[in-house]
Amino acid sequence: MQLSEHLFRREAGRMVATLTRIFGVQNLALAEDVVQDAFCRALEVWKFRGVPENPSAWLMATAKNRALDVLRRYRTARTYEPELSRWLQSEWTLAPIVEELFAENEIKDDQLRMMFSCCHPRLSEEAQVALILNVLCGFSVDEVAAAFVSSHAAIEKRLTRSKKVLAGSKKLFEITDANDFSARLPAVQRALYLLFNEGYHGASQEAAVRAELCEEAMRLAALLLQHPLAATPATHALSALMCLDAARLPARMDSSGNLTSLFEQDRSLWDRRLIAEGMKLLELSATGFELSEYHLEAAIASVHVTAQQVEDTDWAQIVSYYEQLMAIRPSPVIALNRAIAIAQHEGALRGLDEIRAISDSERLANYPFYHAALGEFELRKGNRRAARDHFKVALDLARNPMERQFLNLRLKACGQGDALA
Amino acid sequence: MSQFTFLYRGRDTSQSPEQMQKTMQKWQAWFKELGAKGHLKDIGHPLENAGRVVRGKQKTVTDGPFAEAKDVVGGFTIIEARDLDQAAELSKDCPILEAGGSVEVRPIQILNI
Repeated sequence: MQLSEHLFRREAGRMVATLTRIFGVQNLALAEDVVQDAFCRALEVWKFRGVPENPSAWLMATAKNRALDVLRRYRTARTYEPELSRWLQSEWTLAPIVEELFAENEIKDDQLRMMFSCCHPRLSEEAQVALILNVLCGFSVDEVAAAFVSSHAAIEKRLTRSKKVLAGSKKLFEITDANDFSARLPAVQRALYLLFNEGYHGASQEAAVRAELCEEAMRLAALLLQHPLAATPATHALSALMCLDAARLPARMDSSGNLTSLFEQDRSLWDRRLIAEGMKLLELSATGFELSEYHLEAAIASVHVTAQQVEDTDWAQIVSYYEQLMAIRPSPVIALNRAIAIAQHEGALRGLDEIRAISDSERLANYPFYHAALGEFELRKGNRRAARDHFKVALDLARNPMERQFLNLRLKACGQGDALA
Repeated sequence: MSQFTFLYRGRDTSQSPEQMQKTMQKWQAWFKELGAKGHLKDIGHPLENAGRVVRGKQKTVTDGPFAEAKDVVGGFTIIEARDLDQAAELSKDCPILEAGGSVEVRPIQILNI
C-alpha cells in the first residue's frame, strides 16, 4: 500500500482540529503532542508491518485512543471545552462521546471551526495565514518559514504569539451561529486568497513549495464550499479564481526554473481539467446580487484561460473588469494592472499615460513591477535607454531571486544603445 | 550464509508529519531492497517504548528501560549475510542513520555440534 502524497501532513491538520475541539482551544499544544505521538507510532509500526489498508482511519483511531488516555489521566487536572467537560467526567459517557466526535462529518466541521478560529480579528492577515498553514495544513515551523522565505526564529515567534491569541479566545469559533459565521467569513476567504497568492506570486523559488500552498488553499476552499453557510457566491468565485489561476501553474516556470510571463507561456501546458472546474465554479458564483473582488478576478482569469493564444485575449473585457475592481477595492496595484491591460489593447503610449495618471502612484514606488511595466512600455516604444533605467530600478527593488532572475532577463532584452524606433 | 540481528537505536520524534512520511517511505524502500537481495530473514518487530526491567536475585521489577531517546532500542530485524562485514555494509543504508540513530549489528550464535 502506497501512501498518497502529503497524507501525514493533511491528516495532522484534521487530527489537530478534532483533538482541539475535544480538549478545548486552550489545550492546542496538548492536541499537537497527541498528534505527533500518533505519527511516531505510525512510523514505528508501519515500517515493519507495512501501511495498513486505511492509513487515515488507523491514524485517527490511534489519536482517539491517545485522547482517551489523556482525558482519563488528566480528567481533573485540566479544563477542557466547557460543554464537553460535563460528559468527560464519567466513564459511561467518555468513550461514546469521543467516538462521536471522531465521526467523519464532525472532523469536517472541526476543520471549519479551526479555520474560522485562525482568522481571529486580533491577528494580522499574515499571522492568520501562517497559523492556518501550521495548525490546519500540518506544516512545521521550518516548512512555514520555507513557504514565506522567512527565518525559523521569525516564524516561530509569530506562531507562538498567534497561538496565545487563539488560546485566549477560550472557545473555538462556533459555526452554528449564522450571523457570527457570515461576519467572519470574509476574513476566512481573504486568508485563503492570500495563502493561494503566496503560492502563486510568493517568494519561494521552489516550484514544489509554491504548488503545495496553492493546493492547500484550494483544499480548504473546497471545504468551505461543502458547508451550506460558507458556500456563498463569493466562496464559489474564490474557488473559481484559484482553479483558473492554478491551471496556468504548469506553464509559469520554464524548464530552467525561470518565471515566464503570461505572454510567453506555452498554453498547451495549461491544465484543462482545472479550467473546466474553474469555469463551472464561476458559473455557480453568478447567483444573487453579490459581486465580490473574487468574482472580478475570476472573470479576468477566465478571459485569459479561454484565449487560445495571447493575441486572442479580449483586452477590452479585461479592462472593464479592472475598472469594476477599482470601484470595489481601489488599489494602486489594480490601477497598474488596468494600465497594463489598456496598453495591450490600445498600445504602449496609452499604457504609459494611464500609469502616469495613477493617483497614488507613490505607493507603487517600491513595487518592482511598477517600474518593470514602465520599462516594458518604453521598450515597446523603442526607448531602450529609458527602458533599461526602469528595469534597473525594478531590479534593485526585486524581493527574491525569482523576481531578480526575471527582471534580469528583461533588462537583457533591452540590449545596448537606442535602436531606431 | 550467517544470521545477524540489526538492533535499531534512537528515535527521532521531532520530525514534521511531512518528514515522517518521507522517512517511512525510505524504510519501506530499504526493507524492500534487503528482501529483493535475499538478505531479509525476518523483518522483525517494532518495540514499545515502555516496559519493565527485572533485576538480580531479588527479582526487583522497575519500569523502564527509560534510556535516553538515542539509546532506546526501537525494533529489530534478522538479516542473512555472508559475514559480519557484509552485514555491517548492508546496515549503512538504514534510514535511522540519517535521523542520528544507530544500528547495532550482532551475529547470532549458532551452536554447531
